[in-house]
Parts: sequence; C-alpha cells; structure tokens
Amino acid sequence: MLQATPVKLKADSVRLNYYNDRTKRDLSVLDGIDFSVNEGELVSIVGPSGCGKSTFLAAVDGLVAIDGGRILIDEREVTKPGPDRGLVFQQDSLFPWRTVQRNVAYGLEIQKIFSKEEIGARARKFVELVGLAGFEDSYPSELSGGMRQRVNIARALAVDPELLLLDEPFAALDAQTREFMQFELLRILDRAQKTGVFITHQIDEAIFLSNRVVVFSARPAKVKEIVEIDLPKERTLDLKHTPRFMEIFRHIWRLIEEESARMGLLRVH
Amino acid sequence: MTSVTEEQEIPRQRKSEFAIYEFLVRHENALLGGFTMIMALLLWEAVVRLDLVNPLFTSSPSRIIATGYAMFADSSIYPHLAISGLELLVGYGLAIVVGVPLGILMGWYRRFNAALDPIISALYATPRIALLPLIMIWFGIGLGSKFAIIFLSSVFPILINTTAGVQTVERDYIKVARSFGANDRQMFLTVAFPAAVPFLLTGLRLGLGHALIGIVVGEMYSAQAGVGYLISVAGATFQTDRVMFGIILIAAAGVDLTNILRMIERRFDRWRPDNKL
Repeated sequence: MLQATPVKLKADSVRLNYYNDRTKRDLSVLDGIDFSVNEGELVSIVGPSGCGKSTFLAAVDGLVAIDGGRILIDEREVTKPGPDRGLVFQQDSLFPWRTVQRNVAYGLEIQKIFSKEEIGARARKFVELVGLAGFEDSYPSELSGGMRQRVNIARALAVDPELLLLDEPFAALDAQTREFMQFELLRILDRAQKTGVFITHQIDEAIFLSNRVVVFSARPAKVKEIVEIDLPKERTLDLKHTPRFMEIFRHIWRLIEEESARMGLLRVH
Repeated sequence: MTSVTEEQEIPRQRKSEFAIYEFLVRHENALLGGFTMIMALLLWEAVVRLDLVNPLFTSSPSRIIATGYAMFADSSIYPHLAISGLELLVGYGLAIVVGVPLGILMGWYRRFNAALDPIISALYATPRIALLPLIMIWFGIGLGSKFAIIFLSSVFPILINTTAGVQTVERDYIKVARSFGANDRQMFLTVAFPAAVPFLLTGLRLGLGHALIGIVVGEMYSAQAGVGYLISVAGATFQTDRVMFGIILIAAAGVDLTNILRMIERRFDRWRPDNKL
C-alpha cells in the first residue's frame, strides 16, 4: 500500500520503568505506547496528571532510556539526543546569562557545524520568525513570559530539527497570552515546515493545535485512544465555540475523567 | 483648576527650599561615615599635638603621611611593594587556577567530591597559619614559602564556593544542554561555569581577604622584604609611623582589589534584573 505522507515518529510498544528509591521497587511508567506521527503533522498528547507524558517526550528526545520497545524517527532508532529533534521545555529553561540572540544560537554553538557569522545570521533569522526582532540583546529577565517562550521555541527551531517536541510550553502563561501563543505556534510551525509533538494539560489547546490527539491512560500509561481532529485546517478562535469542537472536547474530557477516576485523582459521584 | 496649580507648586517650592536638605538625605550614609572618619582622625592628631599621648605608641595622621611621603620620595618603599605584589600575584593567581577548575569538577562529579571532600574540609578547618613552620621548612624563607602560604590561604574559599555554585545549577539548564547534544567539556563551559560565576566571584572576594592575611603573616614570620616584613621590622624597632603606614598600604590594597572584583562581578551579573549597570 502506498502511503501519502511518510511516518516521522513511530513509538512501538514503548515501555519504561522508574526505580523508586524509597520503595525499592520498579514503577512502570509507560506500558507499551504505540502510535505514530506523520511528517508535517502536529500531534498532541493529553492524559491525567502524572501519567508519564513528559517522560515519554524525554524518551523521544533521548534524555531517558526506555526499557522496552522502540522509538523510531525516520526509521532510525533513538538512543541519545540528536540534532534531528528539538525540545521546547515547560518554562524558563532559558539561560539567564545569555541574551535572546545567544540563547537562540546555543544549539548551533554546541553543534559547531557553522561559522560564527553563520550562527549569528541563523539565530537572528529565528528570532525574527518568532516575532522578537529588536530584542536580540535583551536578557530573559527583561522579557515577559510569552516572549520567553517564543525564545524557547526559536532556540529549539534554530538547529533545524525534523521533529519539534513541546513539553507544555504554554503552561506557565496567562490565559490570554496562551491563546495568542497557540496561534503563533501554528504560524511558526507552518512557516518552518516542522512536525511536532505537543504535550498539554489543556484539552482545548490540544484540539485547537493538532491533527490528532493521543489520549494516554493513567499510569502505567498506554494509549487509550487516538482522536482524529476533523476540524477545518484554518484555525480561528471561533472554532473553539463550534459544536464539533465542543463535542470532541467532551469526548476527550470523558476519557481523561475515566482515567483520573481510576487513579483516584478524581471522585466520580 | 486650583487644585492642579497647587499640586504643581508644592513640589517646586519644596525643591528650592529644601535643596540642601535633599542633598543631605541623598548622601546621608557617605556623609555620616566621612564625618566620623574625619572627626576620629582630627581627634587622633589633637591628642598627639596636645601631648596627651606619646606618639611613639600612637603615631599620628600627620606623621604617617610624612613617613609615607618620605618612603615614596626616596624609593625605599618600592622593593617592598614589588615583593608583596609578586607574592599576591603568584599565590592568589595559583589559587584561582587550581581552585576554579577543581571546584567545577567537585561540584559536577559526585564521586570526585566524595573522594576529596574530607581532605579539603580538614585543611580548610585548620588555621593555615599553623602550617607556616612546615612551609618554611619545605620552601625556605624566600618567595616560595610566601607563594605557598598565600595559595593555601586563598584556595579554599575559591574552591568551596565554586563547588557550591556548580552544585546548585538548575537541572533544567543541564537538560537543555544535554538535549542539544553538549559533551562534558561544553557542559562545563556553557552551563556549569556561567551558572557558578556569582558564587565563584564571592569566593574570589573571600579568597582575596585570606590572601592578604597570608602575605602579612608569612612576611612577619620570616622574610627579607615585603610590606608585612616592613611592618614587622618597624614594629620591632618602635617605628610606629612606619608600622601604621604599612598597615594602611595593606588596607588600601584590600579595598582597591575588592572594588575591582565588585566591578567585575557587576559586569558578569548584568543579566540579573537587580544588577543593572
């Protein structure tokens, strides 16, 4: 069978345990995660708190080793961090002692592929892409939360990764800035032509941004359901108030509710 | 209308009427400090002039200035300054060159820290001055023993502060570097070192104070030249003016060098919101 778009990321029964020092026991965090992300897609992962979403993303980035299964990117197995992936952290992981420009240039400096001039030019390009032209010489402490997350995204994009991994990047932002940044992310990803995996607690954010939403079960996490988002490609704020959007929202909320109840996080009367 | 003009007039009036008062308020600390200092010096000079105390014991501000001027005029002070300066440069420099990298390694590698920590803690707790006799036996009474005692005096504050700085690096910064594929060397240079700079500079400042103590004590114990030697010899021969002058030289060096370090500190800490230049 001919596939239209190639698979960028494939998680193949990924298993991961954490050793708990106190109980001296292995704790299963990921229990056979299976799903794939096609090139150019943005796929969100949602699930009850503490279900292992961030751990899964760290595993895709190669920061933590998995105990079973395989994570494939372009059919190559992930063993360690690499330039084909860019991780956008939850919050303020910008280096406070570096200016915006030099934070964005960080990955390029580490890679040492380009000359100093090229690194400067590339970094400037991505600072502009995220809409921060003019702030190149500012320090993170001088920026607002939204601006800092733009820098964070620019830093990950600057190394030209094939796959952008976003770990709740807007969690620390206020509601307005968050909505605005969601638009911005779609614009940036569209212009940079990237594939993305997005982790969030906000169901509406997940639906709004994604082609598909992967719902994780409570720990040990499995894929509970993969929800296709059959909304128009052009995303507007009005979309969040359409009946179809609400319908998908309720459906995903019910899935997470079930899982949270199972974990004892939520009492269902 | 009237309320607006009133509001505008009140501050203007105040400014002209209380300009001197405002100046006093703004520079209150400097003025108070300077005033006390000048009064103390005047009092000191006065009690000597009025023959209330013997200048052989107390010297006096004017005598100290005269002695200092004479020692610069006949160039007899320069060899002492040169020797003490060289000792500081080599001893303190060596302490930085050894203390900073070792501190980074100890902060980074838990096992390395565990291996070295007992020795370093023991040495740090020992008054280094107690080691002087040993150091003299090993390095002689010349420059070597001074380098050694200054090094030993200043290396620990630098080392221990750097270690603490690296140990408290945010885990997120390390994760970022790792995610971008940084190797160990890059991790030190781009994360561990810059994150530890504020601690490191505190260490340098503390180390400097200890280095100055090392100079004076080392030279007093046994030496052939240097400011500490000058103080020691002058003291033994009741030349109080020279003793006082030597003390002032050391104090001035301490204040100046600390100020230079503070300037460097501000330069490096420009990114901190409360440290704008």
